Amino acid sequence: MKNTSLNISIENVTKKYDEFYALKDISLDITSGEFMTLLGPSGSGKTTLLMVLAGFTNPDYGSVKFGDEEVILKPPHLRGIGMVFQNYALFPHMTVEQNVGYPQKLRGVSKAEISRTVDEALTTVKLEGLGHRRVDELSGGQRQRVALARAIVFKPKILLMDEPLSALDKKLREEMQIELRQLHDKLNMTTVYVTHDQKEALTMSDRIAVINGGELMQLGSPNEIYEHPQNGFIADFIGESSLLPVKVSKGNVSIGSAKIKVAKQPGKDGDYLLVVRPEKVFLASANKKNDENYFHGELLDSIFQGESQLLVIKLANKLNKEQTLRIRIPNQSVTDKAFPSIGENVTLALKVADSYLVS
Amino acid sequence: MNLISDNVNQKELRRLAAKEGYTFFGLTLPYLVLVIALIAIPVGWLFYLSFIGRDGTLSLENYERMWKSKAYIKIFITTFKISILTTIICAAIGYPLAYFMSQLSKKWANICMVAVLIPFWTSLLVRTYAWLVLLQKKGLVNNILIDAGIISEPLKFVHNTTGTLIGMVHIMLPFLILPLYANMRAIDKDCMKAASSLGATPTRAFWTVFLPLSLPGLLAGLLIVFVLCLGFYVTPAILGGGKVIMAAMKISSNIEMYFNWGAASALGVVLLVVAGIILFIASKLVSVDQLGNR
Amino acid sequence: MPTSFFNKNVSETQIKLKNRIWLYAISFIVLFLLIVPSLVVIPMSFSASQYLEFPPKEWSLRWYENYFFSWKVENGFNDWMSATWTSVKVAILTIFVATPIGTMAAYGLVNGSSRLSKILFPIFISPMMVPIILVAIGLFYFFVQFKLVNTVLGLVLGHSLVAMPLVLIIVFSALKNYDMNQEKVARSLGATRFRAFREITLPQIKFSIVSASLIAFLTSFDEIIISLFVAGGDNSTITRSMFLALRDQIDPTIAAISTILIIVSSGLLILVQLLGNKDKST
Repeated sequence: MKNTSLNISIENVTKKYDEFYALKDISLDITSGEFMTLLGPSGSGKTTLLMVLAGFTNPDYGSVKFGDEEVILKPPHLRGIGMVFQNYALFPHMTVEQNVGYPQKLRGVSKAEISRTVDEALTTVKLEGLGHRRVDELSGGQRQRVALARAIVFKPKILLMDEPLSALDKKLREEMQIELRQLHDKLNMTTVYVTHDQKEALTMSDRIAVINGGELMQLGSPNEIYEHPQNGFIADFIGESSLLPVKVSKGNVSIGSAKIKVAKQPGKDGDYLLVVRPEKVFLASANKKNDENYFHGELLDSIFQGESQLLVIKLANKLNKEQTLRIRIPNQSVTDKAFPSIGENVTLALKVADSYLVS
Repeated sequence: MNLISDNVNQKELRRLAAKEGYTFFGLTLPYLVLVIALIAIPVGWLFYLSFIGRDGTLSLENYERMWKSKAYIKIFITTFKISILTTIICAAIGYPLAYFMSQLSKKWANICMVAVLIPFWTSLLVRTYAWLVLLQKKGLVNNILIDAGIISEPLKFVHNTTGTLIGMVHIMLPFLILPLYANMRAIDKDCMKAASSLGATPTRAFWTVFLPLSLPGLLAGLLIVFVLCLGFYVTPAILGGGKVIMAAMKISSNIEMYFNWGAASALGVVLLVVAGIILFIASKLVSVDQLGNR
Repeated sequence: MPTSFFNKNVSETQIKLKNRIWLYAISFIVLFLLIVPSLVVIPMSFSASQYLEFPPKEWSLRWYENYFFSWKVENGFNDWMSATWTSVKVAILTIFVATPIGTMAAYGLVNGSSRLSKILFPIFISPMMVPIILVAIGLFYFFVQFKLVNTVLGLVLGHSLVAMPLVLIIVFSALKNYDMNQEKVARSLGATRFRAFREITLPQIKFSIVSASLIAFLTSFDEIIISLFVAGGDNSTITRSMFLALRDQIDPTIAAISTILIIVSSGLLILVQLLGNKDKST
């Protein structure tokens, strides 16, 4: 079911509410057929940007092009997009079939064709045979699929989704993440997906645009964003890192009084943050190696979390405030070391290659 | 990021936003036009008329008459007296009923609500007439009292203050109960449970938790009733039998009998101003109250 | 059984039924006093005597005959039927004025700028806040200038003025409880704003709109004070005729009319209650 999709170019889009910038000069290019996620905390502007793409919010200025066509002045009903809202917004006075068939009805498609495409769409979302049901008879997961079917039945070139999975429970959500991605691959639409869940973004996207305070913080593949966040906010928002304050001065990097080595030395002197991912730091072995940084501290807490153990260590370094480091050890670890007990002094190691600084 | 016109599409986007605003405003326009044409302008005109004396020139005589003339002073006193009494009686018997209803299950509460709404929507005239017939000399109330031996001569229940009060309380009661009930219904039942678990006796819980939370609704009801009583015409006119003269009746007689628009308008303006002040105080009190409940 | 019944807990604070008997007693008395007076009129209307006894010593339909055949009477003042017809005419026309205007305004307020709504809402509610006697004499004076006194148009305008705030409140609250996202979805799927409203929103608030229409009808039909001043002569409303009759003499025909009014209002009210609960909310 190949479908020619469109690329989206967003240029200098700005939206102001009195003194508050919901969107600040955002520019972004989304490739045709790509799965792009707009990721950010509540109030970051990600949903506003999606609404600008859909045509429900008009920015103060800027340009949005679908393919070569400028659409910023076009009303929503002429933009040819499919959209899935957070609360699905299914029409309760219509059956599933009527909901899914509505966009086709609007396009003046023949009854026979409506019926055929509705069945096709329902099958694609794995709801075949439920066409005659009423909306209030469906479960949350089923409603979500109906909303999806309704958005794709007319084969739009662009699909917009506003946190569609946030109302589902964890297990269903994780299943749907995979299914949505598979659907995207199958239908080859350009998909713009909004979420505040960084794990979801990392799972589903081709690229992620991290948005905060109405501005684009970083654009990149999930791997890039995770491994090389460009600032402290992103490092903190993605993954469960600990951020340790470091000082760079005259080519030396130090935490408190201790010196460490980093993967990439920043050009300018100043205050930076060391990003320590819990899965990258580990209990040091007896031998000291050259390519490792060491941290000494006292074990504050050891928490069982199912598939892993979370250890919280209070660092011995004299820092501005007490710094804790979190380390995550899989519970079926091959090391023959037992977990240290609370109160014990421990030494943690972090490979220099994994020691990464952000501003 | 300034309002420079050479920002991409800025002019067109602004026009688009304006168009949308106009559309929604346009939908409210017919209503606005009617309100301006039928209330703002006529009442404004009446306001102007109130400053025109009997001889057609600008004067304050209409207002002066109101605090100088004994008749007018009596009317003001009567109006306020009856309004305040009606409001107090409504509160006294309405609060228990509203509380009772708020504690019932939805089903029973709705059934009781029907009992409150039916008189509310029954014509004012029908209800007033019903009391007239019930309270007259040969009416049901007197007959029952005489048959039960409580009195030997029929009592005068109509064409006086008593009859007027009874009628007005009956009419105004739903106006108190509705906002009060709505407020009570919305009170979180968990608050009372919390009070109990913290050691409050049921009575204490009521006085310290429930009652304060119900005050906004009570206040709303009291103010609505009071303002409505001030301007009330039909019931006092019929049940008062010409002996109980309230402000609205004087306004009407000024026009119908004396064609004194100046006097009628002035009295109307006073009524409007008093109602306005009360509603203004109400709006301030309600928001403060709600803040207090947070 | 009686003891356990009275020992039942009836509140979150564990108050027993027996401690609350006084509350139940007061409540029942008040409810009784709310409904019964109006209802007493019904049997009275069948009383043959001029003094409307209760219970009627003799039953008769004379007052009903008086009402229904009043058009035969030469005296225009007591032409109840023609007054009733005027009231019905005006009330129906009021539906067609107040409901669309009120509904459009409600939609505009809900979807428009919130700053504008905050200013407009009190203005729109004002007909309910201004003492009705003032509205009535204002309209009278105004209509005299435009020769609208004693006309059906004048009455419809006056009644619509009073009915519109109620329509506004009912439809406004229905729209507030409605998920406007559905209109957005419809538009994203290809519907214009108007089509989305017509095909998606309207079917879901239709019961509220019908309720609002019935309330508009009832408000107009029962309206007294504006009608007193604005109507008269050929175009007297039933309420005006009743009021004048009540003020000047107690015509027992009023009991018959009252009974009919009670039945009509109650019927409409029950209809409104049934319809009001039927609007689907997501």
